Amino acid sequence: MIAFSYLELLRLALPEAIVVVAALCVLSVDLIFLRAAGTRLRYSTGVAISFAGCAAAVVWILHAPQSVNVLDGMLVLDPVAQHVQIAVLILTMLTVLLSAGSAFTEHVSEYLAIILLATASMMFLVGTQNLLVIFLALEFLSLSLYVLAAFDKASARSAEAALKYFLFGGISASFLLFGFSLLYGVSNSTSFAGIAASVRSPLLDPLVAVAIVMTLVGLGFKVAAAPFHFWAPDVYEGAPAPSAALIASGSKVAGFFILYQVMAVGLAGSEGDMARHSYAAGWVPVVAIAAVLSMALGNLVAIMQTSVRRLLAYSAIGHAGYMLLGIVSHTNQSFSALLYYAITYALTVLGAFGVVAVVEEATGGDTLADFAGLSRRAPVPSFCMLIFLLSLAGIPPLAGFFGKFYLFSAVLASTPGSLGLLWLVALAIAMSAVSLYYYLKVLKSIYVADGPNASAIRVSVLRQAVLCLIAVGVVLLGCAPDLLLRWL
Amino acid sequence: MLAWTIYISFLGALALMLLPKGFVRAARVLALLVAVAGFAVTVAGFVEQQSGGLVTVARVAWVPALGIEYHLASDGISLTLLLLTGIVAITGILFSWNVEHRAKEFFAFYLTLIGGVYGVFLSFDLLLLFVFYEIAIIPKYFLIAIWGSTRREYAAMKLALYSFVGSAMVLIGLIAAYVVAGSRTMDLVRLAQFPFPVPFQMWAFPLVFVGFGILAGLWPFHTWAPTGHVAAPTAASMLLAGVVMKLGAYGCLRVAMALFPRGLDAWGFHVLGFGSWRDVFALLALVGILYGAMVALVQKDFKFVIGYSSVSHMGFVLLGLMTLQQIGLDGAVLQMFSHGVLAGLLFAVVGRMVYDRTHTRDLAALEMMHLGKVIPFAAATFVLASMASIGLPGFSGFVAELQVLIGAWRSFPLFAVVAGLGVVIGIAYTWRAMQKAFFGGTTQAVETTAHPFPPISIPERIGAAILLAASITIGLYPQLLLRVIIPALHSPMFDGLWKGSAR
Repeated sequence: MIAFSYLELLRLALPEAIVVVAALCVLSVDLIFLRAAGTRLRYSTGVAISFAGCAAAVVWILHAPQSVNVLDGMLVLDPVAQHVQIAVLILTMLTVLLSAGSAFTEHVSEYLAIILLATASMMFLVGTQNLLVIFLALEFLSLSLYVLAAFDKASARSAEAALKYFLFGGISASFLLFGFSLLYGVSNSTSFAGIAASVRSPLLDPLVAVAIVMTLVGLGFKVAAAPFHFWAPDVYEGAPAPSAALIASGSKVAGFFILYQVMAVGLAGSEGDMARHSYAAGWVPVVAIAAVLSMALGNLVAIMQTSVRRLLAYSAIGHAGYMLLGIVSHTNQSFSALLYYAITYALTVLGAFGVVAVVEEATGGDTLADFAGLSRRAPVPSFCMLIFLLSLAGIPPLAGFFGKFYLFSAVLASTPGSLGLLWLVALAIAMSAVSLYYYLKVLKSIYVADGPNASAIRVSVLRQAVLCLIAVGVVLLGCAPDLLLRWL
Repeated sequence: MLAWTIYISFLGALALMLLPKGFVRAARVLALLVAVAGFAVTVAGFVEQQSGGLVTVARVAWVPALGIEYHLASDGISLTLLLLTGIVAITGILFSWNVEHRAKEFFAFYLTLIGGVYGVFLSFDLLLLFVFYEIAIIPKYFLIAIWGSTRREYAAMKLALYSFVGSAMVLIGLIAAYVVAGSRTMDLVRLAQFPFPVPFQMWAFPLVFVGFGILAGLWPFHTWAPTGHVAAPTAASMLLAGVVMKLGAYGCLRVAMALFPRGLDAWGFHVLGFGSWRDVFALLALVGILYGAMVALVQKDFKFVIGYSSVSHMGFVLLGLMTLQQIGLDGAVLQMFSHGVLAGLLFAVVGRMVYDRTHTRDLAALEMMHLGKVIPFAAATFVLASMASIGLPGFSGFVAELQVLIGAWRSFPLFAVVAGLGVVIGIAYTWRAMQKAFFGGTTQAVETTAHPFPPISIPERIGAAILLAASITIGLYPQLLLRVIIPALHSPMFDGLWKGSAR
């Protein structure tokens, strides 16, 4: 055993500890002082504590940046990982603010506490390079998200979504564990460094090949890449809006970060190649196949959707496809492009779910017909939705456009002198042209169609402010990408 | 200073959005003021800049990590098109003085579109150009889908998707060029001087050219144009035909041809008689000229006649570009200006003066209304505009198309003859539409027709006068624009093009 001070470990994991303590505080304050209080007060207290906890964690990370690798990769902190942790914390803060005042549950404190626990697990997931910790963090995260998806007890669809999520999650976790066990068997190590050192060989070991596929099944589930996406539409549709927003945003960022780490760091040396004329077996072709399937299936099936949540789910699959391209090319530049894309995408989709929640509370549904005439009923959320959806479609000067440009140029530049991945980039750009169609369908409903009801929708000031904040962020990150790029 | 054309337009759009509900009149006046201010800035810039060479307006690092700059500059070609944008923007607002339905949003989208167009013409950083190019897509969609007429949602979606597919093609070429050049720069002038490998140019050129060409009405990708123009409200048709199609043609010249001049070289083999992409696109342009004219000849809807005539006239621009002769190229730029002004005027007559009064555009129905007697101002304007459009000397259409034909004669003699035939068909369809719409029916019945139509308003008269004046000025004194266009065509940016064509 390596001798290591646990106090030191606690100090390194202090941001996670702060978040967990905040979760406990939310629970106990609610339990001890606010048993008899109204939902409104309980919400504001809980949201305030959660927000403060996340903010304290962000401040601590910024105040005492770490760069360590302890216990055989169990806890690995470097500037990029810490900035991704900050991004996850900020996404959680926004999710919590958007959830304030929603009426689907009375168990306010439990709901917020589980969101915080999910956040802590995402932070652990980002800060490790060890298979064992990855698996534990991933399971912790998944369990929290299953509960969050099922939180609307009055809704059968919420229960159905959670059950599907749970079943698919369980199966994919077993695949992941199987893959990890093969990797451990081949390399006799659970840390990325150890694995990379022993699987590095010009000819791909069949066992490693099986491990690669199994691992990709498990992590592909997490990032909702086709063909492991079946849970996504149902969960996005059935889960309460803030839960769906967290599943679509924070957990996506953490998932892509760790997928990149496992593939590019843990399996360095058995990449293979997918460029034209230079095919070689390895994990790159497997990821490329998942990318192609996700881009095509996500974007084409989204065209048929009438429910905006399902539409967002299929578009999420398409976006996962674009982001997988960043893993296919696995250069430093494409890693930073991937993170830029994932973070801005998460921010955008979080905002979109905020608007969906507004519409659902007013009309009771999320079909295109429920959005009809929204621009006259609630001009501010409508305009925010315009920005979010155009950013998802990749229209400049919004963040989504720059993300696509940066990602695709990084992918092309990864094979110097040959443009070998051009076919993937061309497919991605073609698919993003397809995506404009279904985003415009939603916007058409909002701006062009006339709804049956023209009365103004009352939206709380807090929610409008948060939506505007996110919208400003999307515009700002698109116009001045350097604000985010220098952190990655 | 020219940069303010962009800022003023976007700020105007923002101010309009913040305007309280119900201030329709204020919205209109504000929009007009913004458009006039933009035009004034352009004119000041035009006067200031004597030579037509490249003048940097603004240049700061934008994304230093990727070598992308916020680089605005202008040369003679951009100045010409900026002037056009200013004129069409002002008159478009004058011709939409009667918009009451959600007027605030209408003008906000309108000014956003204008701002994007100004931006494209001023950008000398490739990514920046692309950003403004795409900004212009979305307002078009809403202008047509909300305020349009015939099959507006279909037409709006078709237009948006065609534009977006085109820009996706451009984006592929643009990213590939950025990566292949490898010098981490998006500067247009520097990229234009980079010797891209010839095989790369051979596929990148047609990709980018067609990508922009879709918006310029390149046959057979033109079908968005007639449906879009017909469905759009008057001001949007004026902008679409007047300046948005020019965005495409401008991109063809400024990006596709300047960056990948060797893409125009001979392939070294012949397929179906084509020896190079230049032959292919010249033929497509020619087909566009003839096809647009012949389809315009049989239309029943007045606005479709003008819509197809736009395809035909834009064919001249593309043919002019493919001549690779100086006279053909400056003819093409002049034709962009000329068609912008004239298409704007024709759409204004059809959409505002006629359709808003008669509520029909069916030529057979219009024939019964004796519009020549009822609204003589509209008839007179249309006659003048048609004369300009069919290329009567003294109007801008004549100098522009003449130069294109001379250029074509030098490069493709046979094509020049066929294009001349297109001009003749142009006379026929214009004449037919004019006859049916304004001077049809039997003369006895004139007095019995009640004419409840409101008279032609002052804004309409001013707008028509501005557009006619612009066309006549350029027709009588084309040197005004040629003075700046020709030096611009000989700037270092187009070196590759001239060297290539000297082969």
